[in-house]
Amino acid sequence: MDNSLRSEGNQLNVQQMIEERKQKKSIGERIEKIVPWFLLLCASVSVLTTVGILFTLLRESIGFFSNVSIFEFYTGTSWSPWSGHYGVAPLIGGTLLITVIATIVAVPLGLMSAIFLSEYASDKVRRTIKPVLEVLAGIPTVVYGYFALTFITPMFQAIIPDLGIFNALSAGFVVGIMIIPMVASLSEDAMNSVPNALREGALGLGATKLEVVFKVVLPAAFSGIVASVVLAISRAIGETMIVTIAAGATPNLTMDATQSVQTMTAFIVQAATGDTTFGSTIYYSLYAVGMTLFVFTLVMNLIAQYISRKFKEDY
Amino acid sequence: MLGQNENGVKKRMESRVMLNKVMMVLFFLATTVGLIFLGLLFYRVLTQGIGYLSWDYIRSFPAPYPDKAGIWAGLIGSIMLMAIVAVFSVIIGVSTAIYLEKYASKNKFTDFIRINIQNLAGVPSIVFGLLGLTFFVYMFQFGYTLMAGGLTMALLVLPVIVVAAQEALRSVPSEIEQASYGMGASKWQTIARVTLPAAIPGILTGTIIALSRAIGETAPLIIVGAATAIYTLPDSVLAKYTVMPIQIYNWTGRPQEEWQYVAGAGIIVLLAILLLMNSIAVLIRNKFSRRL
Repeated sequence: MDNSLRSEGNQLNVQQMIEERKQKKSIGERIEKIVPWFLLLCASVSVLTTVGILFTLLRESIGFFSNVSIFEFYTGTSWSPWSGHYGVAPLIGGTLLITVIATIVAVPLGLMSAIFLSEYASDKVRRTIKPVLEVLAGIPTVVYGYFALTFITPMFQAIIPDLGIFNALSAGFVVGIMIIPMVASLSEDAMNSVPNALREGALGLGATKLEVVFKVVLPAAFSGIVASVVLAISRAIGETMIVTIAAGATPNLTMDATQSVQTMTAFIVQAATGDTTFGSTIYYSLYAVGMTLFVFTLVMNLIAQYISRKFKEDY
Repeated sequence: MLGQNENGVKKRMESRVMLNKVMMVLFFLATTVGLIFLGLLFYRVLTQGIGYLSWDYIRSFPAPYPDKAGIWAGLIGSIMLMAIVAVFSVIIGVSTAIYLEKYASKNKFTDFIRINIQNLAGVPSIVFGLLGLTFFVYMFQFGYTLMAGGLTMALLVLPVIVVAAQEALRSVPSEIEQASYGMGASKWQTIARVTLPAAIPGILTGTIIALSRAIGETAPLIIVGAATAIYTLPDSVLAKYTVMPIQIYNWTGRPQEEWQYVAGAGIIVLLAILLLMNSIAVLIRNKFSRRL
């Protein structure tokens, strides 16, 4: 009696345990099934972001082009939206002028820094200088804008007396300083991945280090270097705060760097801070300019990706 | 004859070696240009701003007079914005990374997500501002609030967090995962209890770096309507707000010279916070890099 009761109790317990275990397992199994779907949902946020960007830019631009002809927008040479002139050329011109100045500053300095760090500097020197140089890339752009307006412009004014307070030269120069680490760091990575055997081969044939740099390392790392330059240019095109603060707000189709210019990005900021009413033509023009900017940077990024994929050297 | 030839070779050799030395100095000088401007920038900001920096400056709201103005609204606004950005970008970013590293099968869609994230990283920040303006401000009707700004910024820094988290997950040795499977753990149990804890230092470092990018961003927040004149602290995520970079931008744009000193003081506070965040990131990296 006693014995059977106990065994019955035991049986009950085991059955319960099995049942509990089954239930637990089914919860676990359910989690196991749900989790991948949740993760996929999160991963699709980045895709949705891209779709969202394309959607807003296209939809609002179409709204804009129903008021202003697309022909006038891309061929007009006068940009004064508050009096109804919507020719985007001065904004594109301003953006290109800033980008050209920045490239002239950043590419030689960045490449020479990369060559020094990768080929001449000792390991210790490289490990100290590279992170410090990369600090330049982490400084907020509004700080660069402040620096351009209150320091670089007065400095240039001492050399060029009739330089205005707002000018393309200082803004472009500081954008150039900002993208130096991008060129330097990515190019240095490319040069570092050139195998030492190639260098030693050239050195063994009696080449100097400089000859090794120009005849072995640079050609071998060429695709990586070009990709880094293209990415840096794309960054300069999209740069906003430096040009808004230091280049002024005068849409100006000029190649004269001492003049004030307005870039595409600076116009977007100007229109967004002003009292632009939702649904007005100026409001829509934000998106038409934004889309033009987006296409510029997208093309640059795709070129960079194409170059680094197509001309990738595998050693 | 032989001697002459030897001399010629020597001369030529000398000029080649000389050129090498000259160019080396030139390369070194080019490297220092970036460093010099970095130094100049810090020096300039410090000398311009230090005079206006005080406890009162930190604790004061914006004001019409330079000696009364302060960074308090921007400082608290930035911290609250970062909290929102951190919550959304970490959950979505780390989940995306886990999906890509552990669950995604090798197909076109996975490749598409990867390339898409790479391209998003190259989109100018101001375009994210336009995205936020259409969706968060107008379509979801958050208006010019912390929530709209925070979500916009979360999308902006998402690629940084995804890439960092992917690298962190990849660096976890597969042996400890295999051991977990061997003990009978399921896939998600292994990821949640073995892989993720081991990857946390890397994820944390990436998150701090992403947040330090977000805290300095100005352009997208101008578009989604961070205000400049805020005299009360935001009391909810649907309140109006301002952030430090917007305050600095506003002060920099004023013509009187005193405002530039006020802006300089703001920059010192902003850079100090950035320095603090980056030091924490480096500390975490150094503390955990020895293990595993």
